[in-house]
Amino acid sequence: MKLRTWFLLPAWLTMAVLFAAPFAIVLAYSFLTRGVYGGIELPWTAESYQRLFDPLYLAILWRSFAMALAATALCFLLAFPAALFIARAARHKNLYLQLVMLPFWTSFLVRTYAWIFLLRDTGLFNTALQALGIVHRPLPLLYNDGAVLLGLVYGYLPFMVLPIYATLERLDPALVEAAADLGARPLTTVLRIVVPLSRPGIVAGSVLVFIPCLGAYLTPDLLGGGRTVMVGNLVQNQFTTARDWPFGAAVSIALMALVTLVLVLFLRRQSEPLA
Amino acid sequence: MAPILELRKLVKHFPGQQAVREISLAIPRGSFFSLLGPSGCGKTTTLRLIAGFEQPTSGDILLEGEIVNQRKPYERNVSTVFQNYALFPHLTARGNVEFGLKRHRATDIDARVREVLELVGLTGKETRRPAQLSGGERQRVALARSLVLQPGVLLLDEPLAALDPKLRKQMRGELKAMQRRAGVTFLLVTHDQEEALSMSDHLAVMNEGRIEQVGSPEDVYLRPRSRFVAGFLGAVNWISGAGIRPEAVRLLPAGESTPDRRAPGVVTGSVFLGNCVQVQVRLHSGEDTVAQLPRGAALFQPGDAVQLAWSAADEMTFL
Repeated sequence: MKLRTWFLLPAWLTMAVLFAAPFAIVLAYSFLTRGVYGGIELPWTAESYQRLFDPLYLAILWRSFAMALAATALCFLLAFPAALFIARAARHKNLYLQLVMLPFWTSFLVRTYAWIFLLRDTGLFNTALQALGIVHRPLPLLYNDGAVLLGLVYGYLPFMVLPIYATLERLDPALVEAAADLGARPLTTVLRIVVPLSRPGIVAGSVLVFIPCLGAYLTPDLLGGGRTVMVGNLVQNQFTTARDWPFGAAVSIALMALVTLVLVLFLRRQSEPLA
Repeated sequence: MAPILELRKLVKHFPGQQAVREISLAIPRGSFFSLLGPSGCGKTTTLRLIAGFEQPTSGDILLEGEIVNQRKPYERNVSTVFQNYALFPHLTARGNVEFGLKRHRATDIDARVREVLELVGLTGKETRRPAQLSGGERQRVALARSLVLQPGVLLLDEPLAALDPKLRKQMRGELKAMQRRAGVTFLLVTHDQEEALSMSDHLAVMNEGRIEQVGSPEDVYLRPRSRFVAGFLGAVNWISGAGIRPEAVRLLPAGESTPDRRAPGVVTGSVFLGNCVQVQVRLHSGEDTVAQLPRGAALFQPGDAVQLAWSAADEMTFL
């Protein structure tokens, strides 16, 4: 065998054992029948997929989609000015980038728990608001859609900042000067020149935020308090409490299909000729 | 007539560098004015100060008699043609030209775009993106984009540097013609003395953040006020303290008498340049000199004893 093949072998093996095989198992399970105490049984059936079209599950899928979309939009609104600031900073660029990545030094689970301690009725925010006399009863900050959205935006913000920063960093500063020179005020320059030219970064960031948000499990589980079910929680429920492995597998496959569809649409837009 | 643009004791310091030391200049309305100097002499910084991309450390910039130091680039009635053109890559040629008009809320956009594209010779290329245009066409878009705004002064930062040599020479004439037709004041920054000499009505030679001399091309070339200006604008033979241009000297066989000034030497080589011949002569006094002779002039071989002759009127002397 060629040297090249030897070097690629570990990667192929990893993909085969850790990706292709599990995927095949999930795909197979999704077409089998539910066992009484969990697990799977014959015969083969597409019944799990038919159940996906139950309005209850469609609503959960739609809801996950909307949450992921909202989180992506909020991330963009927060990340773009931050990325622009870092890209145009005369000094301390690396310090700012380190700060953006700082949260990754702590486990995502721990950071999500930290939000519980901040948001709960006896948490920091509510205690402070009451001590200051701004509110008399704790605000319902935790266990709702808002808390889940907050958690998603918080968790995935760096994935939006970094790709946008990377494109803005390469943007020729003369283009910004040219826009001002031709009479554009700063906001117009950003909207008409900087945003359109950083589209590759915005698309990459949106993909990096939207896809994990769509399948998010931990954040809605901890901050939604079981009330805001997203599709990730649905999958988990099917494999644990509901003991319906085939349906859980079918939901996973459906989620994967949805993600692939979104990815294809995004990438097709990105490959449109720009220059 | 009052100058359209005036610089008064303009100074710009960057950390650890005095880019512009103190410049005073008056640019006549409707003229083609060049700032000529070697790289790092402060000419581009001067242009950026006028455009408003940099703030002066001290001194004033007056446009139409008004001090504009505090005005933002988008509030100044000047426009810049950038060295690399800085065209917006996501907009078509037309989109680039319209950009400024839309910012100024012009009402007759269509007519003005058509007119300026005709002026720069780009009719028919409206829908092309910058990446689909040649270097020369990109430059025309950059010119059109600025000219369409009818700026008080058009600032051009080495506009021909990115073009290939043949196109560069052709564009010199075209730039000049466009300036005449548009009736806009052009302030051009260049390090190419041929460019400055061939296009300008007036030029200012800059060196190390200062202006060495201002005048017409003939003035500056024929009557340079410093050794730097003489040397920067063209080749100079330095013979016992006086400067003589290579095209102002003649070569005579050794011993021939002439009423002109002369210096004896030996031919060390010659270069055929097509329209002329450059003969290198080492003078007995030690200087290496060049004589630029018409093609038909008597030829000398390396080793020939000759004398360089020139008229006293062609001597450039400096204090």
